[in-house]
Amino acid sequence: MGPGQTLGTVTDRIAGIVLTKHTPVFWFMIMALAVAIFGALNTAIAYLLGRGTGIWGINIPVGWGFAIVNFVWWIGIGHAGTLISAILLLFKQSWRTSINRFAEAMTIFAVMQAGLFPLIHTGRPWLAVYWLFPYPNSMGVWPQFRSPLIWDVFAVSTYFTVSFLFWGIGLIPDFANLRDSAKTLGVRRIYGMLAMGWRGSARHWNRYETAYLLLAGLATPLVLSVHSVVSLDFAVSVVPGWHTTFFPPYFVAGAIFSGFAMVLILAIPFRYLYGMQDFITLRHLQNCAKLMLATGMIVAYSYALEMFMGWYSNEKYELAMVHNRLHGPYSLFYFALIFCNIITPQSLWFNKVRSTPWMLFIVSCVVQCGMWLERFVIVVMSLQRDYLPSSWGMYWPTKWDIMTLVGTMGFFTLLFFLFIRFMPAISIFEIRTLLPQSKVKE
Amino acid sequence: MTAQPIYGLMAEFDNPTDLVHAAKGAFAAGYRKMDAYTPYPLEEAAEAIGAHHNRVPLICLIGALLGMIGGYSLEYWVSAINYPINAGGKPFHSWPAFIPVTFECAVLGASLATVFGMLALNGLPQPYHPVFNVPGFTAASRDKFFLCIESQDPRFSLGETRKFLEGYHPHEISEVPH
Repeated sequence: MGPGQTLGTVTDRIAGIVLTKHTPVFWFMIMALAVAIFGALNTAIAYLLGRGTGIWGINIPVGWGFAIVNFVWWIGIGHAGTLISAILLLFKQSWRTSINRFAEAMTIFAVMQAGLFPLIHTGRPWLAVYWLFPYPNSMGVWPQFRSPLIWDVFAVSTYFTVSFLFWGIGLIPDFANLRDSAKTLGVRRIYGMLAMGWRGSARHWNRYETAYLLLAGLATPLVLSVHSVVSLDFAVSVVPGWHTTFFPPYFVAGAIFSGFAMVLILAIPFRYLYGMQDFITLRHLQNCAKLMLATGMIVAYSYALEMFMGWYSNEKYELAMVHNRLHGPYSLFYFALIFCNIITPQSLWFNKVRSTPWMLFIVSCVVQCGMWLERFVIVVMSLQRDYLPSSWGMYWPTKWDIMTLVGTMGFFTLLFFLFIRFMPAISIFEIRTLLPQSKVKE
Repeated sequence: MTAQPIYGLMAEFDNPTDLVHAAKGAFAAGYRKMDAYTPYPLEEAAEAIGAHHNRVPLICLIGALLGMIGGYSLEYWVSAINYPINAGGKPFHSWPAFIPVTFECAVLGASLATVFGMLALNGLPQPYHPVFNVPGFTAASRDKFFLCIESQDPRFSLGETRKFLEGYHPHEISEVPH
């Protein structure tokens, strides 16, 4: 943290973003763009519901197209938020305090985008309830609990709920702070209701801290389980290139890799636009970059292992899969993936790159593209050529596919900037505990 | 319980050290019905007023067990009793396939129990509380530290307690009206 901050000044700086009467112009500009893209998403979904999934590029043999690629991509992005808020809390990494709040928000908003895809890919979401959730219905039909797809429903919905609770209880003391700093009655009423009468009692804090720590302990195995279960959607099948046991750790590492890229993509403009360099320092960016490099190396190892397993299996379909990746019709995507996810992150070995925000921003964007390509490679390349050459085919997205993907980015941006405007984007009470004056002297 | 004219006496401190010092002193003097108010979690303050343990972990465990048993029972009942379907020759009661959902339900149950249990034990949401009547109490969420000795405490007496608190040189002492 920057020098010269006191308990009062950190409050004013962070709460000031929310309580100000003068919303910055750039906020309106970003919102205008985000709302426009969100409109495109609504259009795409409305047309989908009217016409059915035939408007997408999916067909036999590639029945899983953009919807699944985007689902896995968005849910992966969410993982860094929980890693920062829960796992780094358990490891007593106090630097996480400056970035955990908005990383948690990022998780929730990313999981919302992810959840949209399984819902709309059914084409008839109003029927999907009995396909997804076990509830007594008049047909007497129940979901199939031996299927990873139903595990996914439970994993993702639990993940969303727990992330929301974690974020929500973190916000209560800060809402109390906004309530007490609010200048007008209306604002005070709204934050007062959200704060639920929090008064900072020591007995309350005692239970609060226990609950917070317990939630962190629960979220840690949960976050690892979510992407593992997502990977089982693939690994439990017998499709070449999917049927491998190392998918769970491979997917989890990839998720955290893309998640940290997203944290940097959000943190770098945020600290610049709002002048938050005192709270989100270069050290935070560097730590995120180091974690990105570490998880990126695990991902690189997984790519190598994928190739090795194909060769080592000595099975002709697996070998054909490896050959298809390197020389097939989508090989360009595969090499783009290698460039984005293995070669580009190597620049993070250099301190110069790690400590220059704009360079980090570019690396993060490239990694984000790479992680999307990874899911495209996994989903499409395995499906387009499996056992029977007579059923081989190609897959290309339509403009509706692309509109939906871009649309979710607009929706995400919309939610995120609403959050920055109306809620404290940095945890005020946790930042206070980092100040030297917050400690009891003997 | 007799009705007291005021809720208690509130002392305001500028820093956590003075607050913890006063709270320890009050505990040693035999006061039990008191509370400290701080802008961030201060472990020492909770210790000083005698709040060591709480029941949140127990509630969490109960939630986890209920979630776990509920999740597994649901899967068993659906797959083996109510709607048995032969999927690839797997047994109706295929317990390894039931583990992921059981785990997720346990985490869900534990998390919901932890959060709502914590809120319930804290008595939140609470629309009204007397401490907010103290002028300047809004600083409790900002940069000031408060100690309130409540009038319900058997040792409480307006004059004596005020004198006692003055001994710790608080910034200010005020009566908390109901």
